[in-house]
This record gives sequence, structure tokens and C-alpha cells, in this order.
Amino acid sequence: MTQAENGSPDELAAAVRDLCSRFGEEYWRKADEARAYPEAFVAALTEAGYLACLIPEEYGGAGLGLAEAGTILEEINRTGANAAACHAQMYTMGTLLRHGSREQKARFLPGIASGELRLQAFAVTEPDAGSDTARIRTFAERRGDRYVVNGQKVFISRVDHSDLMMLLARTTPEAKVAKRTDGLSVFMVDLRETGGSVRTRPVATMINHHTSEVFFDDLELPAENRIGEEGEGFRHILSGMNAERILLASESVGDGLYFVDRAAAYARERRVFGRAIGKNQGVQFPIADAYIDVCAAAAVRDRAARLYDGGGSPGAEANMAKYLASRAAWKAANAAMDAFGGWGMASEYGIERKFREARLYMVAPVANNLVLGHIAQHVLKMPRSF
Amino acid sequence: MNITVCVKRVPDTETRIRIAASGNEIDEGGVKYVLSPYDEFALEAALQVVEEAGSGRVTVLSFGGDATKESLRSALALGAHEAVLLKGEPTMDGWATAQVLASELEGDDAALVLFGVKAVDDDQQQVGPMVAELLGRPCATAVAAMEVGDGVATCWRTVEGGQEVVEIDLPAVATVTKGKYEPRYASLRGIMAAKRKPLREKEAAVVEPGFVVESLEYPPPRPEGRIVGEGPEATAELVRLLREEAKAI
Ligand SMILES: Cc1cc2nc3c(=O)[nH]c(=O)nc-3n(C[C@H](O)[C@H](O)[C@H](O)COP(=O)(O)OP(=O)(O)OC[C@H]3O[C@@H](n4cnc5c(N)ncnc54)[C@H](O)[C@@H]3O)c2cc1C
Repeated sequence: MTQAENGSPDELAAAVRDLCSRFGEEYWRKADEARAYPEAFVAALTEAGYLACLIPEEYGGAGLGLAEAGTILEEINRTGANAAACHAQMYTMGTLLRHGSREQKARFLPGIASGELRLQAFAVTEPDAGSDTARIRTFAERRGDRYVVNGQKVFISRVDHSDLMMLLARTTPEAKVAKRTDGLSVFMVDLRETGGSVRTRPVATMINHHTSEVFFDDLELPAENRIGEEGEGFRHILSGMNAERILLASESVGDGLYFVDRAAAYARERRVFGRAIGKNQGVQFPIADAYIDVCAAAAVRDRAARLYDGGGSPGAEANMAKYLASRAAWKAANAAMDAFGGWGMASEYGIERKFREARLYMVAPVANNLVLGHIAQHVLKMPRSF
Repeated sequence: MNITVCVKRVPDTETRIRIAASGNEIDEGGVKYVLSPYDEFALEAALQVVEEAGSGRVTVLSFGGDATKESLRSALALGAHEAVLLKGEPTMDGWATAQVLASELEGDDAALVLFGVKAVDDDQQQVGPMVAELLGRPCATAVAAMEVGDGVATCWRTVEGGQEVVEIDLPAVATVTKGKYEPRYASLRGIMAAKRKPLREKEAAVVEPGFVVESLEYPPPRPEGRIVGEGPEATAELVRLLREEAKAI
């Protein structure tokens, strides 16, 4: 972001902006209205290799880090586009990359890198567990060389636009494990081969997000589809969750800049009472205030990405970046709504669509309260609150 | 077949231009620079011609300061094979610029030298034809589409009310305009590959400009909007004003 601000546009951001410029507000408004999957946009981004940013070169990706991946997602959202349609294709493979066997990686990663295989669904959340991930009850029972899965997930995004799905399930009942986070395992589900044993039902939401309930009814998975150690699934996905938080923070930073860019431009142009509305402090201060918050969030995001790319596991920084960025974007969204007056509500301006979309990151992929709980407990060493 | 595309780094057309304190140049602070959009058409034409031919190289050439490397790299990311920067202080003098470029192009084996029909910063449309003159080569301007055959290029030129088809013997110079060549966007692979492509820097030939910008002025402020009337009755008056006052129809 800082580079984009000082007038020498970062090359990667400029290239992403160029691609996104082919899909303007009209494109996104129509997709939103029809609740349609933005297939042409996703195909263009895939074909140009941006979603393979984090996959190592030996598997056909670009071998870059979260800094670059974050730049890509931030820029997409800054243009008014919605990276949520396909962001997970970038990072869901992280668990496979870090914990999969050589064979598993060779089997899946090249197809994911080329886009031939879409792995952009990760099934964790369950209706009865909610934020308490260790409480999930979807169970994968070992039977010989297979696992048989039964249970239910909710809010599983893009499952209907994926060939592969990553699944977190219990493999040892909660009653039989020493720690609640033990006894969970990660699986790769090939959705093309599941027949009737996986059913999905869309959850209608206020945004065009393609998220679904998923029901498992005796889904049989070959044992070789388990990623990493049995029972270690919770720990295996932690690093991926940090990556996801840093990347979604980048999307929120992009959203925030979208609102600030648009609001400031409108405030300069729109004349009421014989002067630009931006001349009024009541209009300009909230926009400036939001911009400062977005910059602060971006700085923490940059720090988190740097630590992660350096091999660390910056749990606190990733969570803080997600928290700060989602709130900054939301503040900017409201500043833009106010600056646009009635036109903020008008679909043709795009502000109301982005307003709805930006709100998501206050709850997903983790509710902001849970971030506060994490910081209170793990950084500030206060008692566990849940 | 090799093609050289001459490109210029210009302020983004969406940038709000401010005149510097000197009064004869723009204030560069906060200005975003891009490859001139018509040069993007020229680059796209070159890439397509070379791709169709199945062989050949595309070189991008620019006269400018250090920051111009950024524009050249973005051309490499789009698919150009190599880049040459003629380092120097860019000038608004088309003739001086043409001489700088021609002195480099004289030794060049490119069968075609392409330019954008104009640079969007100064709109002068001079440099391409002047370089052709200096090199003693034929020149087609405002080319919307081209086909390159054996020793000859067929060019479709945009002219008032239609198209003109011309043939130019190679080696030749052409300036490209909007038409067939919708610029591609860079792929991530392209950006990564660009880092490994050659970008040569040379000192530009020194040519004294004979064309000096005396002063710049802002366009007159747009007058306030005016409501002519309401409903269908107002149409006649609106049409009259559009015709007689605004001369828009
Ligand atoms: C559009 C969308 C897409 C999603 N995509 C996916 C996906 O692809 N895969 C997936 O697995 N999940 C997905 N989710 C689920 C998302 O991760 C959860 O909604 C989120 O983690 C919160 O869980 P919950 O909705 O059950 O809320 P709850 O856990 O029921 O929380 C409700 C409220 O209570 C608060 N709360 C709960 N416990 C505490 C506590 N101890 N202290 C303080 N406050 C507390 C929360 O902060 C929240 O405000 C998606 C959700 C949405 C809306």
C-alpha cells in the first residue's frame, strides 16, 4: 500500500489493477444482483497465475510469500472487486503444502497451481460448535484402509465451485482425548468422487458469497487422503489460519482504501451549499480518521506477513492484523456511506455492495471477540475466558 | 522477425495535474506514471505479430530517466523480450527525442519500429514519423491493424469516415492507434520472468532541444450547470442551445 501511496506504483499491484479494470462496477453489480459466481473474473485471475502465488515453483506456482499474496488480494478489493470469490484457492492448499506427503503434494498441487483443480473450500464450522472449533462433531471413523465420514458443516464457502475440499473432522471422540484440541484430523475430499454421500444446501446471505451447509452421509475417504498425522489436525490447520487472517486482513485493507479513495474523490467533487462537501470537517474528518486506521492496520499486516514469510508463526500479529483491518474497513465503509449521502444506498454507485461485503470480516473467518480472547489469554496472560 | 517498440512513460490520464511553481512544467509530486496507452497498443501489436510469426524478438526502447525502468519492466512483464533505456532528461521537443531514438535505432536489425500514434502527455504525434525520416524508412501512421508478410507490412489505417489499407516495405516505421490491439494484462509468471529479462541502460545521445515550453495554463473552469426548463416543453430550447451555443450537435 505504501508504495501505491507515494506515486511509484508497485508493479504487482499495477498489474492486478490492470486485470481488474477489465471487470468494472457494472460486472460486479450484475453478479451481485443475480447472486452469480463471477466466473469470468476468477478464470482470468487463475489463468494469469495470481492464485498460484503461494505454491512453490516446483509444483507450477510462483513460489512467493504472504507479502505478495497480500498485495494481490488488497489490490483486487481496492479496485471494487471482491477477492472472496476465489481467495481460498490461494491459501487452502497451505495445510497440504506443510503437512502433506510428497505423493499428496505431487498429486494435487500442480492441478491447483494451474487452476485445473479448484481447492477453495475448507470445512471447519459446524452449527452446534460455532467459534468453539474443538467442539466439532463431524466424525471420520477409521475402517481398514478407509475413513467413513458422517456429520454436518455450515457456512462452507465455494464448496459448489470446488473440485477439492479440505475437511476437519474428529477421529477420536472428545471424551477420549486428553486435550479438546486432540483427536481432530484433516482430510482432502475429492468432491468429484463423492456421489450422493456429500450434499450441499446454499445458505442465503446478504452478500454474493456462495456459502453452503454440507451434509456427510457415510462419505468414504481412502486413508491416503488424510493430510498429516491422525489426531493432529487442529495443530496442522493453525499455521494456515494465521496465513488466512493475514490475507483477509489484506482484503480489508483493500476494502478500506476503496472506501477512502471513493469517499475522498466524491467529497472533492460533490457541491452542496455552494461548496464541495469535503470542505466541511464533518465530512472530511471521518474519511481521514478511517484512512489513518487503514494505514495502521496495513502496518500490522505488513509486520505479520514479514514474520510469517520469515518462517515464524505470528499468531498474535495475524489476529491483530485481521482485527484492526476489519474494523478499519468498516469505519471507512461508514465514512463513505455518510459522504455519499443518499447515493451511498444506490446500487449503481457500488458503495452499498462493498459496505455489505466488508462487514463479513468482522465475523469470519474468526469473530473479532475471539481475537480479543486470544490476545488477552496468550499475549497478556489473563485467564482463559472461554 | 524482430520488432522494436518505442515507449514513453507518462502521467496516468486519471491523475489530477498540477502546474509546478516554475509555471512551465507539471508538479510531479503525487503523480502516477504509466506506459502511454497508445504505446500499449503498439506493444500489443508487436507481441501479436511475433507470436503469429512463431519467431522473433520484441525489444522495448525508451528515452528517459531512471524511473522509466519501471515502465520498461512492465513492458517486459507483458511479454517483450528485452528492454533498452536511453538514459537522459526527457524533453517535450519531438525533434530532439526523434534524434536520440534514431541514433540508437540506426544500428538496430528490427524490421519494424513501432510507436504509439501519440504520447498522451503532449499529444504531439511527431516522434514516430520523424524517426522514420531520420532512418530513411517508410512510415504508416494511425495503424489500427497490421499483417506482416515477406518484406512488406499491410496496414489498416483509421481515417475520417473509414479505413485505408496501405502497404509499406520493410524495414519500416508505424504508429499504432486503437483498433485491433486490445492490450493484454500481465500474468504473475510474466512479472516473475521479467525480472530475469535483460534491461540494458545506455547514455542517451545529447541533443539540445529547440522547442521550449514557455508556460502551462489550466483549462478555464467549467461553468455551473444550467436548467433550461422541465418536461417535454423544454426540449426545443435545449436543442437550440446545444446547437447554437454549445455547438455540440
Ligand atoms: C459468509 C460466510 C462465509 C464463511 N465461510 C466459512 C468457510 O468457508 N468455512 C468455515 O469453516 N466457516 C466459514 N464461515 C463460518 C465463520 O467462520 C463463523 O461464522 C465464525 O467463526 C463464527 O461462528 P458462528 O457463526 O457460529 O458464531 P458464534 O460462535 O455462535 O458466535 C456468535 C457471537 O458470539 C460471540 N462469542 C462466542 N463465543 C464467545 C466468547 N467466548 N467470548 C466472547 N464472545 C463470544 C462471537 O464473537 C459472535 O459475535 C463463514 C461464515 C460466513 C458468514
